[in-house]
Amino acid sequence: MTEKGQILNRIRQALKTNAPHPGHHAPAQVKNPGGSHHTPSPGEPRNWLPKVGESVEEHRTLFARNAAELKADFHWLDSLEDARKLLNDMASREVWQKVATHAGECTSPLCSTLPCKVLTLSPGYDRNELESCNAGISECDFLVAQTGTVALTNQSAGGRALSVLPPHHIVLARKHQLLPDLPAAFAGLRKKYGDNFPSMISLITGPSRTGDIERILVLGAHGPKKLTILAF
Amino acid sequence: MSFASEFMDRARVVASNLRHRQIIRTALGNYEMARDRRKATYQDWQGARQLAAETKWEAINHLDHYLLDFSNRLEARGTKVHWASNASQARDIILSIVQQKQARSVIKSKAMTAEEIHLNEALEKAGLKVVESDLGELIVQLRRETPYHIVFPSMHLTREEISALFEKELGSAPTLDPEELTMIARRVLRGKYLTADIGITGGNFAVAETGMVSITENEGNARLTAALPKTMITLLGIEKIIPRLDDLALFLPMLATMGAGQALTGYNTLYGGPRQPGELDGPEEWHVVLLDNHRTELLADGEQRDALHCIRCGACLNVCPIFRNVGGHTYGTTYSGPIGSVITPHLRGLQDWKHLSGASSLCGACTETCPVKIDLHHHLLQNRRNAAQERPDNLEEAAFGVFGWFTRRPAAWKTVRSILQKIQPLTRRFQKKPWHPAKPWTQTRDLPVLPSESFRDWWKNRPKTSKHD
Ligand code: SF4
Repeated sequence: MTEKGQILNRIRQALKTNAPHPGHHAPAQVKNPGGSHHTPSPGEPRNWLPKVGESVEEHRTLFARNAAELKADFHWLDSLEDARKLLNDMASREVWQKVATHAGECTSPLCSTLPCKVLTLSPGYDRNELESCNAGISECDFLVAQTGTVALTNQSAGGRALSVLPPHHIVLARKHQLLPDLPAAFAGLRKKYGDNFPSMISLITGPSRTGDIERILVLGAHGPKKLTILAF
Repeated sequence: MSFASEFMDRARVVASNLRHRQIIRTALGNYEMARDRRKATYQDWQGARQLAAETKWEAINHLDHYLLDFSNRLEARGTKVHWASNASQARDIILSIVQQKQARSVIKSKAMTAEEIHLNEALEKAGLKVVESDLGELIVQLRRETPYHIVFPSMHLTREEISALFEKELGSAPTLDPEELTMIARRVLRGKYLTADIGITGGNFAVAETGMVSITENEGNARLTAALPKTMITLLGIEKIIPRLDDLALFLPMLATMGAGQALTGYNTLYGGPRQPGELDGPEEWHVVLLDNHRTELLADGEQRDALHCIRCGACLNVCPIFRNVGGHTYGTTYSGPIGSVITPHLRGLQDWKHLSGASSLCGACTETCPVKIDLHHHLLQNRRNAAQERPDNLEEAAFGVFGWFTRRPAAWKTVRSILQKIQPLTRRFQKKPWHPAKPWTQTRDLPVLPSESFRDWWKNRPKTSKHD
């Protein structure tokens, strides 16, 4: 028998005895329902998770509060033109030589007017070139108010490396992409991709961080030191 | 020397080390504050624990079904799934992939399962250069140590020690600024990412419904490990399964809350395959290695099966008075603290590791804090019972037999008591002597002096003045 078969066999043998239900010491009264694999769920995560409020305004405030705590920069802007102005200001303030981005509905129009070189990633791009960029500019799938999280995939945000390799990650989002909580984000991903999920989905909560030296917070451990989120 | 006596020796040294105590107290004090503040934001933390426990119960009690779902879905998208019954099979699988790719360098992100199977040693023996990319893991790797804690591998070290280590091993200038120290590691590792042939990761959750591995980290090192090398290998214990994608909406925040007092950890990333057609980058090949290594034996123990629910948040270590006093390295195991004490006897042999079941005050703080409600302190008692049933301690049984005999015979008891009371001043003189039979106890504690009058005698002789007496 293959190793797979043997492991599965051992599992099936082992599961012939019952285990107590969570919160009980004695084995379950009901026999392990061998064939079916569904036990009634005690409810939605939403009933227990931190409250998020109802209105978009509440969600925006919550996201802003979380972002501030995470030391991410969050801007709620009126238009794409405002985003353009902010990006261009950032480019001169931080003296960008070159930034990386991907082709997209928001990235393309905004990056075309930047006062620096722009590397638009395409298959087979040079990773050393990406590493040398001052910033990576990407789109995303959702913003999650509950945790101050940016949800993106390698499809929406220019692959796997763009959002972690350059020292500054800039996220471009439309206002309608702001969602209240994590259950909504997973539902949104399902709706958007159906059964055909991209090979990477990343929930990014703040810039890269570590506490491995005396538990003192340091930003920019391996990924970006700065995370800027523009919603317009 | 037995594992038990090694444990005792190390525990004695660490427990009396005031510097160690200070470091751990500061680190865990900050952790507790952050964790409690975060827990308070939940509408109902206990409800969340119950839901998490029931979800893991469902996954573990239908493990065959969910594992098959998981591996079928992964394979459907071009991932190669391997099954390993034990540590040596897992090492062989990984070595053969590495050799087939003619790889020379490996970059790793944090994986306790890799520690469990001693993967780094095996890879290095085969001539490969292995670099740990998580900062804490890199620090302990450079010190040739094992991780001190499953979540905070280097929490036992001060910045002075880390600076001296980097100076010696990486040739950097000394600095006491944590930020500068972090940047030294960042610079060193950047080059390694860009050139490594293979990336090896662990995983926190295996989603059966969609065939995805979820990796939780703060630094972005796992993100890079899964993005840059041409070949990616992920090593997972078979117990990592959760049924549905949406279950993560609960588990990810709970893991972050209990792990480090965060709302959500910096990066929670789901991988569903190697680079797919039309995608910009990512590994050409992805190998997922599913590891049993005695987990099915633990699964067969219905009473303790819930120990497989563990999401490795580290919370039980942080609250454990034993862990806080003896430290992580004293255990001599991959998994330390309460969860390590429960599962190590199952993973490595009950008789060799039964002493860990005694490394507990049975206060139950671990059980109370565990986000998936593992009955940890009762499992320690069950391991004690199982060990004694399997190999009874004759001396102990005889001693209790004699004790039992006397307690059932008041006259004999009384005689012995009065003799003991008379000779006690004499025996007290010897209680600190190295040859004293009760030395482990009497060395640090004084046996109270037996009063001249026993309670029974006092009761019998008490003056009966009032009817209320
Ligand atoms: S046993 Fe519970 S508290 Fe301990 S590490 Fe596992 S999940 Fe966390």
